[in-house]
Amino acid sequence: MSSRDSILNKIKSNQPSSVNELPDLSVLGLEKFDVIETYKTVLKGIGGFCEEVSSLDEVKNYIATHYPTEKRMITTISELADIAETDWTSDDPHSLQNVELAVIKAHLGVAENSGLWVTDAILGQRVSPFIPQYLAIIVNKNDIVPTMQQAYERIGDLDYGFGTFIAGPSKTADIEQSLVLGAHGARGLTVFLMG
Amino acid sequence: MKVGLFIPCYVDQFYPQIGIASLELLQKLGCEVSFPMDQTCCGQPMANSGYAHLTGGCDTNFVNNFSEFDYIVCPSGSCTLHVKDHLHSKENEAAATHIRNNVYELTEFLTDVLKVEAIEGNFPYKVGMHQSCHGQRGLKLSQMSELNAAPFSKPEQLLTKIKGLELVSLSRKDECCGFGGTFCVTEEAVSVKMGQDRIKDHEAHQVDYITGGDMSCLMHLEGILKRQKSNIKVIHIAEILNSI
Amino acid sequence: MKENTIDHSTAAATFNKDVERVNWHDETLWFVRSKRDKSAHAIPEWETLRETASNIKNNVLSNMHHYLQEFEAKAKENGIIVHWAADGDEHNKIVHSIIAKHGVTQMVKSKSMLTEECHLNEYLADNGIEVIDSDLGEFIVQLRKEPPSHIVLPAIHLKKEDVSDTFHEHLGTEKGNNNPQYLTEAARKELRDTFLTRKVALTGVNFAVAETGEFVVCTNEGNADMGAHLADVHIACMGFEKLVPERKHLGVFLRLLARSATGQPITTFSSHFKKPREGQEMHIVIVDNGRSTQLGREEFRNSLKCIRCGACMNTCPVYRRSGGHSYHNAVAGPIGSILAPNLDMKKNADLPFASTLCGSCTNVCPVKIDIHDQLYKWRQVLVKEGYTPTSKTVAMKGMSAVLANPSVFKIAGKAGRFVIKNMPFMVNNSMNAWYNQREMPTPPQESFREWYAKRQKESKDKK
Repeated sequence: MSSRDSILNKIKSNQPSSVNELPDLSVLGLEKFDVIETYKTVLKGIGGFCEEVSSLDEVKNYIATHYPTEKRMITTISELADIAETDWTSDDPHSLQNVELAVIKAHLGVAENSGLWVTDAILGQRVSPFIPQYLAIIVNKNDIVPTMQQAYERIGDLDYGFGTFIAGPSKTADIEQSLVLGAHGARGLTVFLMG
Repeated sequence: MKVGLFIPCYVDQFYPQIGIASLELLQKLGCEVSFPMDQTCCGQPMANSGYAHLTGGCDTNFVNNFSEFDYIVCPSGSCTLHVKDHLHSKENEAAATHIRNNVYELTEFLTDVLKVEAIEGNFPYKVGMHQSCHGQRGLKLSQMSELNAAPFSKPEQLLTKIKGLELVSLSRKDECCGFGGTFCVTEEAVSVKMGQDRIKDHEAHQVDYITGGDMSCLMHLEGILKRQKSNIKVIHIAEILNSI
Repeated sequence: MKENTIDHSTAAATFNKDVERVNWHDETLWFVRSKRDKSAHAIPEWETLRETASNIKNNVLSNMHHYLQEFEAKAKENGIIVHWAADGDEHNKIVHSIIAKHGVTQMVKSKSMLTEECHLNEYLADNGIEVIDSDLGEFIVQLRKEPPSHIVLPAIHLKKEDVSDTFHEHLGTEKGNNNPQYLTEAARKELRDTFLTRKVALTGVNFAVAETGEFVVCTNEGNADMGAHLADVHIACMGFEKLVPERKHLGVFLRLLARSATGQPITTFSSHFKKPREGQEMHIVIVDNGRSTQLGREEFRNSLKCIRCGACMNTCPVYRRSGGHSYHNAVAGPIGSILAPNLDMKKNADLPFASTLCGSCTNVCPVKIDIHDQLYKWRQVLVKEGYTPTSKTVAMKGMSAVLANPSVFKIAGKAGRFVIKNMPFMVNNSMNAWYNQREMPTPPQESFREWYAKRQKESKDKK
């Protein structure tokens, strides 16, 4: 008998005899609060920067004045082609190791934890939000939902190969609980709230 | 109402004043109280050591002693909890069930059954409340700091009319003192460290007395205080409530 | 497996010899508990979330057979290769065979407590495969050749001076430079090179979704992703209890996990892996290693609901003052103490007794495992199975006989104070451990029952 079969047989005979019902999730996430204000406060609290913008031009200006434009920048947004590369999505992911800043979009954001949901459909490459030194993400204000309950309602049964919630810059507190930003992923995250 | 007084074995033999205070307090509040002379122990030390299967005789004796009372009251949260959770009797399960349903720790008996809001008394000292774990998390005598829930405390509520008593607010409101039954000797180093840390919290708030509902915890803390030659004393809450 | 495991009590006594360090360890972990409290108290529906998560996991345990097959079928549809390992040894062999198939001798790993449980690193090292742990805490303890002491904060037992010494020795950082920023930067540079060069990456699994065949890996550092998205082969290892039924259930667990663990609203990255990257091979190894046995233990089954947040360790007053290593298991603390006896009763008989049964752990558990009740129940099992010393059993039998017999109790009590003679914590001789650091209470003139009997007699005489 294969391990698979022996494991499944053992589980079948050992699990409880009746199935416990699944709980109702619709009672969760109903609290009303200012979604944008909460998003901004939480993002700041976890070390991210927030810029409210109304156009991609404002994004361009911000990047030009806050990031070393002589270093390599990549983006998935075609309108930003004049400040960052757009034709890297089929390259070997290792070749992105020298990227200083990646500018991408998010599908939605979650106010309670400032997380931004991205999938490989809009990441260009899976490694794109992790390998650069800095990360900037653009999200529409009306795509900010209150809690993870609404986030998964929005995601629904979307098919993707890879997706992730990104909340703030990468970090660690493994050395005597001292918080250090920029562990292995981006050292800093700027979120552009559009709208 | 007929109240059977259940006195923990170590209170009987080392801290009789707590039994006396409990008896007198209940009588003052109008209860007809008796102490069944043939009671021995609730069996908790054995059960917590993994020997629950040996407590049959002890449990039967408990049932024999207490089945005739309307209520069984005990000045100890952990003994009360043990009886409430674990008392069974092959010979007389109905009686065991009656006891389990009507056994109360002293302070909760006052607030929940006698519906006393607070007791008049006199104790002009700075006091730190030690929340014994079994009473707090087991019997729900007061709110637990881990939970996102409304605060309350039956013992503290009872103390609000004690003249001169200043209840301090500790840094760690409900951390365990480290007694834990046989734990106090089988894991002596950790047990003592936990007790020392609790004491440091009370010291930092300059208490004169540490009080609580379980003399086992207080006995452990007192042992450390005495070894440290500290001026802080311990007192069971029954004695404060019975102060006048 | 080590032959002579040091029992918890002995290890804890050693740990407490360095008073300053135990204070620091205790305060640091209490601080993490406080952060958890702040975070939990900011969510009005926190207790409802816990109840919901608990019920989801109850459902999973009761329908595991179905969900596992559903997960496997969906994962395969997604292009993931699924393996099954009955025990740790088989798990190690499977991982090794995947690596060997690709002709590779180096692997980068992100945190997986399961692989600690299976002793994967040692197995691979014995077979000529170098494994580098990329989680900073794991990286540090790996360099120091010690196991992690906490499932979420692997290096919590180390001070920055310890890390500085270790990095100076292995990475050539400046001697005496304790700055966490500086040290983290050194690790970042070193591990970045590791990520860029390793063809095989191994990750753990925080949650696996039966409905969609995807799995989720949560990190703050981004190390799981850096490894996986740059490697040709991604191996993910999971205990089968990591399942959740549907994707939407992730919403509940991701709201609870980081808040319970460290007080953060969510980890920086919550990565959902559904299909391999184009050109990449993705493997999942589903592991039993005693879990199916635990599933059959009605009293202990609920321990399988654990989502490995570590909250129970942070709140446990004993764990904070004894350190993870004194539990001699990959998973330590309260949850470790109810999981480990299932794996090896003899080796782990001490663990359920390393507790005062205060119940704090049960209150912080995001999936409402009745941890302290299970600790009590394991004690009964271990005694029945004969894993406690005979002397203790003899003493207990003696005590039980006296306590069942009031007349014997009263004689024992009167003449020699039953309690002081029999209660283990009160035995009145200098060998009693109580005396090390505590005074014994002084016996009063008369016991309560003597006082009461006298009073009864007096009132009778008066009549």
